[in-house]
Amino acid sequence: MIRLVDVVKRFAGSQSLAVDHLSLEVEEGETAVLVGPSGCGKTTTMKMINRLEEPTSGSIFVDGRDVTAQDPVTLRRGIGYVIQTIGLLPHRTIAQNIATVPELLGWDEIRISDRVKELAGMLELKSELLSRYPSELSGGQRQRVGVARALAADPPVMLMDEPFGAVDPIVRGRLQDQFLEIQDRLRKTIVFVTHDIDEAIKMADRIAILNVGGVLEQYDTPKEILRNPANDFVKEFLGSERGLKRLALVQVGEIEVEEGPVVSPDDPPQRATEAMQRFGTDWVSVVADGELLGWVDEQGLAGKATVGEAAPRKFSAYVTAASSLREALDSLITSTTQVAAVVWEGQRYRGVLTAERISKEITS
Amino acid sequence: MILAQADEPLVEPEWVMRNLDRIGERLVEHAYLTVLAVGIGLAICIPLGILAYRHRRIYPPVTWLAGFLYTIPSLALFAFLTAYTGLTTLTAEIGLVSYTLLILIRNVVAGLDSVPLDTKESARAMGYTDRQLLLKVELPLALPVILAGVRVATVTTIGLVTVTSLIGKGGLGFFILQGMRRFFNTPIVVGAVLSVLLAVSADLALLGLQKAATPWARNRARTA
Repeated sequence: MIRLVDVVKRFAGSQSLAVDHLSLEVEEGETAVLVGPSGCGKTTTMKMINRLEEPTSGSIFVDGRDVTAQDPVTLRRGIGYVIQTIGLLPHRTIAQNIATVPELLGWDEIRISDRVKELAGMLELKSELLSRYPSELSGGQRQRVGVARALAADPPVMLMDEPFGAVDPIVRGRLQDQFLEIQDRLRKTIVFVTHDIDEAIKMADRIAILNVGGVLEQYDTPKEILRNPANDFVKEFLGSERGLKRLALVQVGEIEVEEGPVVSPDDPPQRATEAMQRFGTDWVSVVADGELLGWVDEQGLAGKATVGEAAPRKFSAYVTAASSLREALDSLITSTTQVAAVVWEGQRYRGVLTAERISKEITS
Repeated sequence: MILAQADEPLVEPEWVMRNLDRIGERLVEHAYLTVLAVGIGLAICIPLGILAYRHRRIYPPVTWLAGFLYTIPSLALFAFLTAYTGLTTLTAEIGLVSYTLLILIRNVVAGLDSVPLDTKESARAMGYTDRQLLLKVELPLALPVILAGVRVATVTTIGLVTVTSLIGKGGLGFFILQGMRRFFNTPIVVGAVLSVLLAVSADLALLGLQKAATPWARNRARTA
């Protein structure tokens, strides 16, 4: 959808390159995050896509068409744009700000006002805000207006430069989650610029890590970059908690889990003892027709005819397929058994997850 | 102000009543000369200011010229112009307009400069053409500063109009000159007081216009 081919940018009067022979491809419906220290050319790269900056050499294609061959005004009306300072027009109301691009495109009034209401709903902007001016809104509200404005004409491509940078961390987290939900439905092709690696990991389908001078160090999925940093620069940029960051990206459902020691309630206690010996544990999971009832240990089984009589106890740590490995690890280390039972929807038993299994995932 | 006769009353109501019509006419003339001067000044300074804002190199020579005109004593300027354009409204206006230029051009450029960079950039990124950017973003946002300049220029011009009484115009200045020539207080006081009142009401009216034209500048940060 967006393709950069050998793009170079040198600003007039500057000795060094701002962007150095950059080639990059963003698939349709994906979010590519450009991340790097200041001076890495990430914002310049983004601005070349809608021709706010012109490349010194190389070419940029949006939807297969060379941007430099297009009228910049028409091009820009088809690309959503959000920046950190938002740049709302202070003399226009919130509704008018959101309506900016539809107005430029000559939509009729009814269609515009319907669209403004739809977007206000989507971004949870109360309708009484629509008649206010930007200076009357809080930072978080303004950021949401900025996103609504960029989405107004439903452009297939969005450029976002630290769009959630100007608010406190709590509001930022909420805005990120909200935007991820919206993006999940809309599947825009997005180029997203940030200096914050955690934001990049959270928002990206693919991350481009740029070094000073506009050098691309690595372009890959967050998981792959965390698993396999291309060089020391990337490793250092990812920071100290690389393993934990990776665990946050992997869902329990994606990895193989051991079945663990399992018995059915009808089994005699002897079967339970055998299972414990086989797996080297002092407990077994009790599963009836695929449903997890809990666990029992040697003490509980003493003098009972079947496992079922021993009244299985609930696992203190449950994880589901949708939990991240980071969440699983957190419940593991706080549980008594040091083991988490993995259940699918409706208590369907899947297996057990141990700390060793998770650490294998980090080191692989 | 040196009054001609210390022992006569400041204002003779009789004279005022007898001359109401003429006072009204001169008041209208005063307002007319002012509006014309500021209007022409704006018609020159808005395009020139936009040009200077876009091409920074021409800004210093333009302000230098406007500043030079501003420093010429008004009496000397009118006397000099009379030799070429006679005792006409044209002479009066050339002088009056000249004195508005410095204030107006500076405020037009300062107003355009005050438009935040990120606002301009995001407007461009939305797909505003240069012309739309100027007419729909830059000029509207520059309006408070431009109107502030119009207020100063208007008040200054209202004062200066009285000087044009020397070339037979002058609006209310006519009465001031008349009073001085006849050693008669009443017209001086009437001319001066009405001139001040005109300036104050023009200033308040423009302030009202400025507020009405920039609703976004009120109630700043109600919830922020």
